[in-house]
Amino acid sequence: MAAFPPEHELHKRRLGRNVGVGVTLGLFIVLVFALTVVKVTRGDPMQAFDHSVRPEMATEEGQ
Amino acid sequence: MSDIRAFEQPGEAGFGDYVQLLKPRVMSLVVFTALVGLLVAPVAVHPVIAFASILFVALGAGASGALNMWWDADIDAVMRRTKGRPVPAGKVEAGEALAVGLALSGLSVVMLGLAANWLAAGLLAFTIFFYAVVYSMWLKRSTPQNIVIGGAAGAFPPMVGWACATGSVSIESLLMFALIFMWTPPHFWALALFMKDDYSKAGVPMLTVTHGRKATRNHILVYTLLLAPVAVGAAFTSIGGPIYLTAAVLLNAWFILGAWRIWRRDEAVAEADSYAVEKSVFRFSLYYLFLHFGAFLAEAALRPYGLGGW
Repeated sequence: MAAFPPEHELHKRRLGRNVGVGVTLGLFIVLVFALTVVKVTRGDPMQAFDHSVRPEMATEEGQ
Repeated sequence: MSDIRAFEQPGEAGFGDYVQLLKPRVMSLVVFTALVGLLVAPVAVHPVIAFASILFVALGAGASGALNMWWDADIDAVMRRTKGRPVPAGKVEAGEALAVGLALSGLSVVMLGLAANWLAAGLLAFTIFFYAVVYSMWLKRSTPQNIVIGGAAGAFPPMVGWACATGSVSIESLLMFALIFMWTPPHFWALALFMKDDYSKAGVPMLTVTHGRKATRNHILVYTLLLAPVAVGAAFTSIGGPIYLTAAVLLNAWFILGAWRIWRRDEAVAEADSYAVEKSVFRFSLYYLFLHFGAFLAEAALRPYGLGGW
């Protein structure tokens, strides 16, 4: 009896599917990262309420 | 070895079968028209945001395709043109198509909202709803006007592209919508004339089945005549110009001539040459749409050099 049985066609197809999903998710992460970099570096103010007083925000709201 | 055989399903889907669920050929038209809508808009979009926006519009279109395949699996199995699709072919279960469709719908709308703006995302959500629910579930099986109203779903992408760039709806984006909306009926009815067995076998109330083939020929001519002023009229907006006007006049004259040739024929003549005229008009209608949007793009591309536009 051989140590390992030959790879079944089913496993090849599942491997293809898993690689496909993996590559797609990887590309999605790269895209979200690129979008984040673009949006942050365009310079929109990104501050929000986080439980500490920041006078510069209060001044902006008061204007 | 028995452990493997126990789980063996001869038709188990590969990755490509899930891609087929998203109707890649329809998606390519969506990508093209949405990209034109985005690029001809008067607001410049960062390339990364433009790429992401078009990708999510395409994904939304794919999601509606998967929902359509879930709902229409029964009639897809009957029609020659569609029986090889993953669900009727037994490769993907109908429930999986539903899950893929719903998951990608949510993902594409939320991501488009975050990448571009929420008006564009709202339009995309409405497009998916319109195609999956209004067209697939309701109109397709209940009225011969299915193609007319359902065509709106295919007409939204340039409007979504325009909204991605400008955050608004305008006369230009409405005219791009109207161009595809009015083009869809003659395009599909020309197809229905020479794919005649398919729709009647599946029980889909196409105009050819419910009102006869002469009525369909009349409808093709009327819609082509109504389409021409919309297509030519777009030349006089901010996205038009002499290149577009020339293209629109020539293409519409040719399309009307084709529709008139279809209208003049009866079934005996059409059968005799295996629907040669209907087939050639159907093929031309594809170029018709592609060239109109190509002309919009040419006007926008030449504008920085002082050549495009009026």
